[in-house]
Amino acid sequence: MPRAACPRCGFSNPDSRSTCDLCGSALHGAGADGATAPFAEKRRDFYSEQASNVRRSTILLAGFILMTAALAWVLGELGGLGPFGVLIGLAFGSIGALSAYYSGDRIVLAASHATEVAADKEPVLHNVVEELCLAAGLPMPRLHVIESEAPNAFATGRDPRHASVAVTRGLLRTMSREELQGVLAHEMSHVRNLDVRFATMVGVLVGTVALLCDWFWRSWRFRRGGRSSGGAGALLLIVAVLLAALAPLASVLIQMAISRRRELLADASGVELTRNPRGLASALRRIAADPARLEVANRATQHLYIVNPLKSSALDSSGLFSTHPPIEARIRILESMA
Amino acid sequence: MAAPFMLLLILVVFALALVGLYNGLIALRNQVKNAWQQIGVQLKRRHDLIPNLVEVVKDYMGYEQETLDKVIRARGQAIQATGVQGTAAAEGALTGALRSLFAVVEAYPQLKANDNVARLQEELTSTENRIAFARQFYNDMVMRYNTKLQVFPTNILASSFGFKDEAYFEIPAAEQEPVKVDLR
Repeated sequence: MPRAACPRCGFSNPDSRSTCDLCGSALHGAGADGATAPFAEKRRDFYSEQASNVRRSTILLAGFILMTAALAWVLGELGGLGPFGVLIGLAFGSIGALSAYYSGDRIVLAASHATEVAADKEPVLHNVVEELCLAAGLPMPRLHVIESEAPNAFATGRDPRHASVAVTRGLLRTMSREELQGVLAHEMSHVRNLDVRFATMVGVLVGTVALLCDWFWRSWRFRRGGRSSGGAGALLLIVAVLLAALAPLASVLIQMAISRRRELLADASGVELTRNPRGLASALRRIAADPARLEVANRATQHLYIVNPLKSSALDSSGLFSTHPPIEARIRILESMA
Repeated sequence: MAAPFMLLLILVVFALALVGLYNGLIALRNQVKNAWQQIGVQLKRRHDLIPNLVEVVKDYMGYEQETLDKVIRARGQAIQATGVQGTAAAEGALTGALRSLFAVVEAYPQLKANDNVARLQEELTSTENRIAFARQFYNDMVMRYNTKLQVFPTNILASSFGFKDEAYFEIPAAEQEPVKVDLR
């Protein structure tokens, strides 16, 4: 199948498309010169983004509770608990969902070894964020630092009043003030759009699902030899194995679905705040060029960061399995705004 | 029987719509005022920081007395300025004076190495950005408010209750250009 490169961001699209899959600008004919192409996502105001994130978060929580209940039902039937399995599953699912909502930020921050810093310890970081809060009309988030040399940053929290921004030591060390402002404007846009709520809960729930699956596989291997099962038992076993195999896949799908367009949107609305696309473009280039690895990032938190910290994957730039748009495309879009 | 009732209903709906429009205007005007106060807070912060900077810098800068004097004079004028336009002009002049001061600081290695100077410079840079962002926010608010005053049907209500356009906080064009410093 022939593919056409987008004139604006360079993303390779199937020839049949008339607009770019990634940045939404026109591919052929009038307006395809890149510079004048409209940035479709930017036009939507952040109220509709907030509404969409609230909706997606609710669906995610409900889905998680239902999935836990279904899993517990199967396990309960297997373990001879009968219908009580569902109740236990509902209880566990609700507790998980509630803690993902209310303490998701703390869980993610703790898992990333982020420590809160006072304003006088990191005056530049504090000042830059406070400036952006003025520009966006947002309350001041809590600030955290991750002691790692790999430059990266993420935002978390359930709403702007309960938001945290975490940056690595490497980011503070290598970035100029202008670049730091670009990165933090991107993070504050995530806070304002309520992306942080959905992304944080995805991170926590993906982590929980992975934990549950590991636990299921262990206990299944453990009891495999002990019990002989009839036809119904075998069927339940198949369902259980299917569920356990599907769960990680579902989590991968969710991670894919959440961020690619949202990263672009946060880039764009960050630029709307700072009115300076060069800072973020140069910061992205610097982050991409840095060889250091962020050890504290994992598959449940990778989508939160401004640049995917798990850069080893060769699949990343093809876009199919990535949580982030290709970094070169992001830089090109930013440069087209300048 | 039905006609007076209908008339009453229409009047009530009309009155409610008027109240809604009026309250919307008041809310927006208060937001503009609040945004203006945010600028004031940041300007005050800058005025408070400048004497500290002058104090630290003056011992090192014997030959640059003129640059320092300019900053001090511009600060004095900015504090006394009133009204949106007057404030904008005076603060623009102060921004220009501060920029040439910082350009001079760059030429003094001892000054650049001084922790106090570095800290004050960061604080002033930040304040500079805050003023710019607060101005951006204020101007957005003013635009929304002024547009509301001009569109139908709010314009009728606005003119009969004496709502007036708010002024934009505009920096004089000359102050937006980069400074030229003669370091000899």
